[in-house]
Amino acid sequence: MPFIPHTEDDIQHMLAAIGATGIEDLFDEIPEALRAAAALKSIPPGMSEMDVTRLMMQRAEQDGRPLCFAGAGAYDHHIPAAVWEIATRGEFYSSYTPYQAEASQGTLQLLYEYQTMMASLTGMDVSNASLYDGASALAEAVLMAVRANRKSSSRRVLMPGTVHPAYRKVVRAIVTMQNIELIELPYCTECGHTVPESLERYSGGDVAALVIPQPNFFGVLEEVDALTDWAHRHGALVIGVANPVSLALLTPPGEWGENGADIVCGEGQPLGAPLSSGGPYFGFMCCKLEHVRQMPGRIVGRTVDLDGKPGFTLTLQAREQHIRRSKATSNICTNQGLVVTAATIHMALLGPDGLERVAAACHANTLALVEALTAIDGVTKLFDRPLFHEAVIQLPRPVDEVLGELADRGLLGGYKLGDDYPELSNALLVCATETKNADDLELFAKHLRDILKPQ
Amino acid sequence: MLIFEHSRPARRNPSQAPQDKAADLKAIPEKFRRKKRPLLPEVSELQAVRHYTRLSQKNFSIDTHFYPLGSCTMKYNPRACNKLAMLPGFLARHPHAPESLSQGFLACMYELQEMLKEVTGMKGVSLTPMAGAQGEFAGMAMIRAFHDARNDVQRTEILVPNAAHGTNPATAVMCGYTVREIPTDAQGDVDIEALKGAVGPHTAGIMLTNPSTLGVFERRIMEIARIVHEAGGLLYYDGANLNAILGKVKPGDMGFDVIHMNLHKTFSTPHGGGGPGAGPVGVSERLLPFMPVPIVDCDGKAYRFLTEADRPQTIGRLSAFAGNAGVLLRAYIYARLLGSEGMHRVAEFATLNANYLMARLAQSGYDLAFPERRATHEFIVTLKRQAKELGITAMDVAKRLLDLGYHAPTTYFPLLVPECLLIEPSETEAKEELDRFITAMQQILTEAQTTPEIVKAAPHTLPVRRLDDVKAARELDLAWKPLG
Repeated sequence: MPFIPHTEDDIQHMLAAIGATGIEDLFDEIPEALRAAAALKSIPPGMSEMDVTRLMMQRAEQDGRPLCFAGAGAYDHHIPAAVWEIATRGEFYSSYTPYQAEASQGTLQLLYEYQTMMASLTGMDVSNASLYDGASALAEAVLMAVRANRKSSSRRVLMPGTVHPAYRKVVRAIVTMQNIELIELPYCTECGHTVPESLERYSGGDVAALVIPQPNFFGVLEEVDALTDWAHRHGALVIGVANPVSLALLTPPGEWGENGADIVCGEGQPLGAPLSSGGPYFGFMCCKLEHVRQMPGRIVGRTVDLDGKPGFTLTLQAREQHIRRSKATSNICTNQGLVVTAATIHMALLGPDGLERVAAACHANTLALVEALTAIDGVTKLFDRPLFHEAVIQLPRPVDEVLGELADRGLLGGYKLGDDYPELSNALLVCATETKNADDLELFAKHLRDILKPQ
Repeated sequence: MLIFEHSRPARRNPSQAPQDKAADLKAIPEKFRRKKRPLLPEVSELQAVRHYTRLSQKNFSIDTHFYPLGSCTMKYNPRACNKLAMLPGFLARHPHAPESLSQGFLACMYELQEMLKEVTGMKGVSLTPMAGAQGEFAGMAMIRAFHDARNDVQRTEILVPNAAHGTNPATAVMCGYTVREIPTDAQGDVDIEALKGAVGPHTAGIMLTNPSTLGVFERRIMEIARIVHEAGGLLYYDGANLNAILGKVKPGDMGFDVIHMNLHKTFSTPHGGGGPGAGPVGVSERLLPFMPVPIVDCDGKAYRFLTEADRPQTIGRLSAFAGNAGVLLRAYIYARLLGSEGMHRVAEFATLNANYLMARLAQSGYDLAFPERRATHEFIVTLKRQAKELGITAMDVAKRLLDLGYHAPTTYFPLLVPECLLIEPSETEAKEELDRFITAMQQILTEAQTTPEIVKAAPHTLPVRRLDDVKAARELDLAWKPLG
């Protein structure tokens, strides 16, 4: 019996102690008619570890290992070998939420260190212990901003069209049942950013919050200072959505404009989580201290024990569902503990210098890629604005065809923008992280040149 | 010692980041540039490895300790599930990889969907919710979408038994509902008369866990289903306790319209210090159009993702991509290792272990919350009598167990039972381990009578003693600050 240690002798002794004649007796409170139909007939028989290993190796190999120039919310970074070696130690891997603080000081201290790193990276006062992913973190940030804005009772939130399209869909799915109105802001089709002056049309109305992505979905840098100051002048809170690796180079949201963003969230994946088909990643969330009681999710604090010795514990639990039930800040229960464990080790191994070098290399590689690709006839770069590590290029042929042919040659050429932005029908979002070398960039350019060559 | 206290300026790990001459950043105007470096530690690789290895050693975990945490199903997480889910091909797959380069991965996801349909007796499964609470949200959102699609908009109320997990009412509120609590009777079943009095034209649905959080099977489930359905409401099944019923009863057969499953419980994906989980949802026929996307489909030849275009009535997306794929892979591998027979045995031996522990603890002098009932995969001990007579609380017993090498059971949940310990041994524990736990519990009861101060001041042997939670909340210290 896989993973069940009982011998026949054990079973008989245990049944005798219970006073039952067979294991089936233990299910006698379930109505007979329901039990009769419950057999799992279409589940295949169990397999040995050896056979499952063969199956999974085949499945994993079947999908190939294309050279990845896609970003669009998930980025191919080097992860130090030690990160997952340590994170998957049984003591981290197979423990649970640290409710029993004395028996969970490892996880709790690690989360406190994580909170310290994230607060500093974003330039904010405090961080929670993570949410599910970047998209759901933004949804929680929107709910939080509406709760936290004491100057406005509005339920309107301004959402630039330059925010990741999937994030906008997730926010819509999660917040609209609470009567929150999301107003989509147009972007500048020349430059690919949200023009601060375009917000003036909302000056008269009451707005709870403005979302500001930096970099935005096109890789373009937004005018974060002007946008932040506009929001604060009009009584709206600012929700920054940031790529954590970019923060090694870019102004932290806590320093945007005069007073900085109020809440910052984003996708933690670039900090040590493998691409892994989109998850598990983690969403990070940081805020100003004044809003901490409106922040959802677990938070770890440092305190002392009975002897005055420092220790760590979950705190501010009065916000959470297990205490507040229907009045909780969110229904969130678990966070993404193990991925945060990896991210914390990842940040410790890179340090400030390493993270900055990674960010700078991504930026430089993407510029070099754009240069190589736009040297091809008919390929141009869209959006004349500073960028971080993604860029939009325009192709002379439909993107689907080109991506398909690149895939046949073992390349993931980028993300097709036309589905979400019909006006960008032949546009491709490309990304070259630090993992790509000059040969990789040249290979991409060579294949694209071949594919676009007039037949 | 914190990692930051190991830090020295300019200490680096050159092998972990590009070392070519500084990249040219002139394309980023100065006004966008960070002026001061973030507070990340500057430590050697060995210092980091040693620090985090040592931190890990301060944790209790399934791999090191018996962890009978009720409602959490802390069973063994087979190492094969982790190793195989972390094969390079799976880790490297970008979420936007084309379907032509994703058939291996999608086959695993499709087969997992099919297996979960069979386990739950539901008509469709979507894997995307990233945790139990998100699965609950998806379930409630589908119930609301169903009523809205019929223009049945006066249904504003969700019924929740007062024994329910806190996520249930919190979720109902996130979906714009008000919550009405239904009392529980003395035997731990839903109070049917109260339920009859509560249902009506305002009832959107009921959220039920069965087996309930009280560790007993809701015996009149068919009657509850009939009452709620006749009132026009739908039934939501909280799958937190699915481990107890695998192959013994299917939620679909009990009359549920929607269910979420906690794969990090029943399908043994790791709890990881508090996540990541996975909370797939299963639905009955009438909720199929509303399932969250993407969903994996197979036309007999190839697998593909169904999206909003295929499911125009979907409640939408809950994650940026397709949920916690790596967690889902681990669950798939676990399901293949177990197979049909193995799954039946999960419920059988989880229930055997729980009933054995319950019987032996009752014989040892502990009071059961529901002595007349069978345990499911878990059961409740109440220390109400000891609290009154000896001043020993459930918290004291829990902390003393830590000293004796056992993770504590769940304490003070469910809220209905005073001074309770919710104990769930899971099927992967051997009888000898259960016997040692019983001996420890007997020792604590003896200590409570003879040397209560030892129990009240526990734990004594851990890295820290009881922590000052009041200070933690009043004098917030949520991030380290360097001196000076």
